[in-house]
Amino acid sequence: MNPLLRWFHSLGSPPTFYRFATRWIPWTGFAALVLGAIGLYFGLFRAPADYLQGESFRIIYLHVPSAWMSLFIYVLMAIYGAIALIWRIKLCEILMMAAAPIGAMFTAVTLITGMLWGKPTWGTYWEWDARMTSELVLLFLYFGVLGLANAYDDLRQGARAAAVLALVGVVNVPIIHFSVQWWNTLHQGESVQIIGKSTIHASMLWPLLLVAAASKFYFLFALLQRARTLLLEQERGKSWARELALGAR
Amino acid sequence: MSDFSATSSLLFRDLTLAWHRRSDVLQPLAFAVLVVLLFAITLGGDRARLSAMAAPIIWVTVLLANFLSFDQFFREDAADGTLDQWLSSAVHMSALCFGKALAHWLVYGLSLLLATPVLAMLLSLDVSLLPVLLVSIAMGTFGATQIGLVASALTARLRRGGILLALIVLPLFLPLLIFGSGAVDAVQAGLSARSALLLLAAQTTLLTTLAPLAAAASLRIGSDQPP
Repeated sequence: MNPLLRWFHSLGSPPTFYRFATRWIPWTGFAALVLGAIGLYFGLFRAPADYLQGESFRIIYLHVPSAWMSLFIYVLMAIYGAIALIWRIKLCEILMMAAAPIGAMFTAVTLITGMLWGKPTWGTYWEWDARMTSELVLLFLYFGVLGLANAYDDLRQGARAAAVLALVGVVNVPIIHFSVQWWNTLHQGESVQIIGKSTIHASMLWPLLLVAAASKFYFLFALLQRARTLLLEQERGKSWARELALGAR
Repeated sequence: MSDFSATSSLLFRDLTLAWHRRSDVLQPLAFAVLVVLLFAITLGGDRARLSAMAAPIIWVTVLLANFLSFDQFFREDAADGTLDQWLSSAVHMSALCFGKALAHWLVYGLSLLLATPVLAMLLSLDVSLLPVLLVSIAMGTFGATQIGLVASALTARLRRGGILLALIVLPLFLPLLIFGSGAVDAVQAGLSARSALLLLAAQTTLLTTLAPLAAAASLRIGSDQPP
């Protein structure tokens, strides 16, 4: 067997994944910390202020990476869910369940930072803007997945029900997004334009990309951490988990 | 037993059951009238204001009343073991789920559709808007029933659905609501409702094709039957 394929297959086994996660948690956490610190320092202190929005634009260094992550994690969660349902890989159920609260957290951060930015810039905390509305719906889609998973007594059943819901949600995310845009253009002629990506200056852009990379690493860090805990909880009857718990004592 | 005959006998069974409990079917309608009453009272009974807001109020009311009926979808079938019988039979579960949704719409969706003119009258909706409202409600409730099918299948074996069902279902209602009330809005503004109605139809078609499959997969989760 191809060594890469073999490595991938063996990673599906809980004890191997546990060791893998334990090895990588410090590194991903470290990378997130370093990249985030550099990116935020240059973004918050060194990048020039925006000529139109002044200092308040600096919130994009939290807002935009979180917004990217919020959608990315939802899609990833649905992919894990599909793998869990189709190939019945137990580990993917766990990764899906571990990803959901992190995604909800990023969505909440996106909404809160967006509201804080909206007050000085638009003069209101909340505007029924197409993007804000679909982000809010995304938060409720996350809540639905989390709520459904927690409603089941059996961890695995809950995870699989949540996987179906995540798949239903991921089909609906583009529909919701475009329908909200359609609704928005129908109802109000003027819509707030958010600065296009290409119009941002390089000195403002690269700290943003650093923070975006940091958020990816943070996600990996939190994902592995949560998956490890969930794995121990689910496999508590197995001998490897017992040995591990006894060894730690 | 073929999928078709199984589905049609399920449809017949569900319709017969609904006929024997006519008062249960009337409850969502009573709920809809009550919500409209609450709106009319809060808005001060001002006919002009009510008339301007009638279409969105009716849309939300109908969807909420439809949502209340979702609790009936699988609960009894799951409780008395019928669901497990279906799952262990050779009939495709997705076909049965489609029959289930069709029966549910014929009972609850259709009765809400028939009640819509009454709600429109209570809110003094412009009569020229009634045809587009009825068409959009007919399609919208059908799509909403499909969403309810999946959500009820996911929560069928849970002891309580309630708020969780709302959390799952209501965000997914959003596109139906947008195009449904958008169609009425367009006519009100003197535009054509064509694009909104076509998009609503597209969405309902997509939901009707995919929802029975998703519901069948969801119902298997709680059972011990292999896929």
